[in-house]
Amino acid sequence: MTGLSGTASLLRLAARRDRVLIPTSALALVVVVAGSAQATVALYPDESAALAPLRAVLANPALTALYGPITSESLDSFATFKTILTGAVFLCLLAYVVVRRHTRTEEEEGRLELLGAGAIGRRAPLAAAVLLGTAAVLGTALLTMVGAIAAGLDRTGSVALGVSWIVMGLTWVGVTAVAAQLTETARGTAGFALGALALAYLLRALGDVAADDSPLHLLTWLSPLGWGEKVAPYGANRFWLLAVGLVAYAALLVGAFVLQSRRDLGAGILPSRVGPARGRLHSSLALTLRLARGTLAGWFVAFVVLGAVVGSLAGNVQSFLDSPETADLLRKMGGSDGSIVDTFFATEIHVAAVAAAALGISLVTRLRTEETAGRAEAVLATAVPRRRWALEHLVVAMAGTAVLMACLGVVAGALDSGRTGDVAGSIGRLSGAALSTLPAVWVCIAVAAVLIGVAPRFTGVSWAVLIAFFTLGEFGDLLGLPSVVSGLSPFAHLPSLPGGETAVGASLVLLGVAALCAAVGLEGLRRRDLPFG
Amino acid sequence: MTSAIQVVDLRKTFGRTKALDGLDLEVDTGEIHGFLGPNGAGKSTTIRILLGLMRADSGAVSLLGGDPRRDVETLHRRLSYVPGDVALWPNLSGGEVIDLLGNLRGGLDERRRAELLERFALDPTKKSRTYSKGNRQKVALVAALSSDVELLILDEPTSGLDPLMEAVFREAVRDFRDGGGTVLLSSHILGEVESLCDRVSIIREGRNVESGTLSQLRHLARTTVGAGLERPVAETDLADLSGVVDLVITDHELHCTVETAHLGALLERLGRHGIRTLTSAPPTLEELFMEQYRTPEVAGPR
Ligand SMILES: Nc1ncnc2c1ncn2[C@@H]1O[C@H](COP(=O)(O)OP(=O)(O)OP(=O)(O)O)[C@@H](O)[C@H]1O
Ligand SMILES: [Mg+2]
Repeated sequence: MTGLSGTASLLRLAARRDRVLIPTSALALVVVVAGSAQATVALYPDESAALAPLRAVLANPALTALYGPITSESLDSFATFKTILTGAVFLCLLAYVVVRRHTRTEEEEGRLELLGAGAIGRRAPLAAAVLLGTAAVLGTALLTMVGAIAAGLDRTGSVALGVSWIVMGLTWVGVTAVAAQLTETARGTAGFALGALALAYLLRALGDVAADDSPLHLLTWLSPLGWGEKVAPYGANRFWLLAVGLVAYAALLVGAFVLQSRRDLGAGILPSRVGPARGRLHSSLALTLRLARGTLAGWFVAFVVLGAVVGSLAGNVQSFLDSPETADLLRKMGGSDGSIVDTFFATEIHVAAVAAAALGISLVTRLRTEETAGRAEAVLATAVPRRRWALEHLVVAMAGTAVLMACLGVVAGALDSGRTGDVAGSIGRLSGAALSTLPAVWVCIAVAAVLIGVAPRFTGVSWAVLIAFFTLGEFGDLLGLPSVVSGLSPFAHLPSLPGGETAVGASLVLLGVAALCAAVGLEGLRRRDLPFG
Repeated sequence: MTSAIQVVDLRKTFGRTKALDGLDLEVDTGEIHGFLGPNGAGKSTTIRILLGLMRADSGAVSLLGGDPRRDVETLHRRLSYVPGDVALWPNLSGGEVIDLLGNLRGGLDERRRAELLERFALDPTKKSRTYSKGNRQKVALVAALSSDVELLILDEPTSGLDPLMEAVFREAVRDFRDGGGTVLLSSHILGEVESLCDRVSIIREGRNVESGTLSQLRHLARTTVGAGLERPVAETDLADLSGVVDLVITDHELHCTVETAHLGALLERLGRHGIRTLTSAPPTLEELFMEQYRTPEVAGPR
């Protein structure tokens, strides 16, 4: 008995369920890689003149850590510098989503039990998921290869790009297949597969930025993402690394099937995790913080990294200015009174503020999630007054975003002090600039609170509002919209800091709007039925 | 005797749905009060109004002598609530949830907590995510029953418990009542209602149908009667008796159902025809509730 009977029908079923996810993801990756490469190439008709300034911008440790090293002194390499590794990470995520979804998630939700009762072999679900994941990776990699060639990039390099993606993507098909065997929950699978991805990314980043003579260089080779990176498309084009990827893929799959044969349906190889028998949560605020803990920690790390990147890039921005055309371009995009470096900071900080607002909205809308899940009822049937419960969520969201922006400013300032030589001054300037965005961030949170309190069914609209605010605030002027319209966005009223004028009046108005909206939301929530509709 | 819960002429509409339509409910201090009615009758809605979670359109509500919307904090320290659909925080262990809910209510009785965990055979270290429905209900029940409160409001708290655990539940609720506590118990499990409840209220479409002790309700329901008679009886002989339906007469035999309150009158009349054999079956609880639950339109001929 091979235990594989029924694989084909399961595969058809899985492919049907993913018929939107896989093609759109693949297409998006192709468009991003080929499109951005083509745009870059079009920007520099004179290749030889472009290489020096581009290299000046791209070759620095912060960017190397993020995107991997530059593979060669060619326009093709520069044009794909930012997309190859990031695209590959997304491809790994796609592989992970597909494989997890049709293995552990199905099993956890009990659907495989139904299937298991039919004429389906024991190994068939894993085999079908792996086949679909593999097809998604190969299809995306080949399409991207074709897209890159069509965009006018070097043929051999483009094939190497496809190979590099296949190495990384297939490895994650295997990693996820193994991860799905380890724990009994889909969440556990996510932990292992995504944790491994983060570790792989980190290892190659450490290896890439290590000094040439340091043994740390070898860390890159420990990472499957490093193998893909070492294919070096548009550079060394090391096709032989495909063999390494395929060996890893095969080994992981054998491992996954062996592990699967050693466990029961629904169980994991590892014992399920237990929690404490006694609790230490004594108040609704403690509960709110506990629920926000994981999210906040993740965002905190992201903002520290963002701060580090922004802070260390400033020096490169400065040197970039030696090229007058780019300085002109930047000035057109920013339009600040300050120096170009300040414009750069202000732009990055405003984008970060929108991200912080997204976090704030996700935290405050937990009020509604708790309500619809039925957990709010349990809390509010205890001695916790509804208004306090809501206020605590609101305060955690606002304070959380404040901490994030502050930490972005401090980290960026600390790293920028290498350029300015004034530690306290840099930190003060940039954390001040980062904190100056908070009134707009809080307006977004408070708008979500209004929806939760007054129109709970439309809580999700707060995301649309954020996108509208972002679009109006960032591109309103570019789109030539009248200032009345773009002025609807709180982000349009932020001062251009550092460097620009502070806008105390506008900030106070924004704070007032935020306070008013928060009050309306809280009062609405206090008055209405719970659970609502 | 004082009332723990007093509800008068409660009305509540959701859009076009009339969830409550003039509901009255009275729960005496120290009793276990069954709260019954078909799906969608308005039980959970009433409970949510009692807890101040929802606002009534009109009507008077008094809970432990207070106003459920105004005195939230003080009232909720004196009661525990177990919802029908227990939702827990997936990342917290059962023990953490029990302590959290207890702390939010103002503290729990350590001895009772340990004892209930033992009796319910609940492992408090498992993450809530991994609990079955019955085990989630046990978590909420342990939290509610080990808090030091006067009133328990239970909305179908045992729909996921196995018979062994159901017995533990009944014992714990009885202990609570014997300690002076009051219980409002919404339930579809008739055995549970019969063995626990001192009084019950039956509602349908947001209105009261009946309330009283089970024996009072039995009295309202119909008894099935079969009699063999010495002298034949005609339908017209019984025409003036009230409460007699489903009459089938074949010569010397008679079968009918009669409202229990009118059983005496029927027997007296049949006595005149000489009763040779007699069978009489009191209504089972099922019959009793079926009769009350059935809407008049759907009831059909019996
Ligand atoms: N939040 C709400 N929005 C709209 N309609 C509601 C809401 N809550 C309850 N209803 C409606 O009110 C009526 C009474 O519902 P309720 O949940 O109180 O019934 P129930 O007696 O608890 O029923 P069950 O035995 O099924 O639990 C139903 O028609 C229900 O659909
Ligand atoms: Mg209900």
